[in-house]
Amino acid sequence: MKTCLIVDDSKVIRMVAKKILDELGFATEEAADGQLALDACKAKMPEAVLLDWNMPVMNGIEFLRALRELPSGGDPIVIFCTTENDLDHIQEAMTSGANEYIMKPFDSDIIQAKFQQVGLI
Amino acid sequence: MSPEDFNFISTLIKARSGLALTPDKAYLLESRLMPVARKHSHNGLEDLIAALKARKEESLIIEVVEAMTTNESFFFRDTKPFDLLRDEVLPPILEKRAAKKHLKIWCAAASSGQEPYSIAIVLKELGAQLAGWNLDIVGTDISHEILTKAANGQYSQFEVQRGMPIQLLLKYFDKKDETWEIKPEIRSMVKYKYYNLLDKLSPLGGFDIVFCRNVLIYFDPKTKGEVLEQIASLMPEDGRLFLGGAETVLGVTDKFEPVKGQRGVYART
Repeated sequence: MKTCLIVDDSKVIRMVAKKILDELGFATEEAADGQLALDACKAKMPEAVLLDWNMPVMNGIEFLRALRELPSGGDPIVIFCTTENDLDHIQEAMTSGANEYIMKPFDSDIIQAKFQQVGLI
Repeated sequence: MSPEDFNFISTLIKARSGLALTPDKAYLLESRLMPVARKHSHNGLEDLIAALKARKEESLIIEVVEAMTTNESFFFRDTKPFDLLRDEVLPPILEKRAAKKHLKIWCAAASSGQEPYSIAIVLKELGAQLAGWNLDIVGTDISHEILTKAANGQYSQFEVQRGMPIQLLLKYFDKKDETWEIKPEIRSMVKYKYYNLLDKLSPLGGFDIVFCRNVLIYFDPKTKGEVLEQIASLMPEDGRLFLGGAETVLGVTDKFEPVKGQRGVYART
């Protein structure tokens, strides 16, 4: 079973994403900010990360850059999932090492389509 | 939207079409029904729903139900057929036409344009290999309204996220306010035409590759066979037909046979 780390400061969003990912056959972990996510990755690298942008303590883009510096930090497939929907943010995410990008709001069809595109399912 | 309004409209749509609108699909009401509201000069969904409640006008109800039940189309739907097109189907066909440099592709159910534009992007991504080629992509459908949308090439955030990889979105779309518009270089590759598959198909001309995915499922076996026979007559011997994943030619027509190792791809017999 592949693992996906859900990183979002909203408990509701984490819950919705977890439900969808459960149905897609993922084992999920959750983190409420970038620092907690980074700690989780250092303990055990997940196959996938679903990543919010705006979070307290450490935001999504800071987390992503720090993750890619870690040993094996290049391995996880990182999919942003954020309300930021302008070209500048998307470009910045992609050049910082994101693999895909979801603009909120999302539903199960979008998550499934995006996870398929990056070869996770 | 108030829970009462959501309840009213979802009950109405369920009763008329069988479509069950769960709360996670509530955004669909917004994206599908706002155009209907605007068309009837209502300020928003609340006004539209109030009008539905007050007047129970049959034509408005039908319009609302149709807007909600139009099939959702995905870019690069099912992914695999487009990989097959690029990696297996196109190379021999292009090789054979290297002198004429002319390729003709038909999307028999263009809907709102996602499939023809996906094909156009596959061709565009081949880059220099197709430089100087004359590429005809024709998209047909039986709804004028959906063809107008297809030709406009404008999609909501939800629509572009259904299947369009982010890198290709950045490359081939412009963002205008909250709308994603396909770039002219891709849009101009596709010509849209109103056409009914039950009519005589020969006026459409010949095609090297035909996409007819998830359309024939709506026809009875006899009609299916007739349409496929007509399609076969439009194609050269090395032409290829794409059908939907759940479709088959077995027992329907002997004009096509499945291509080994290429799921959903059919060759003329």
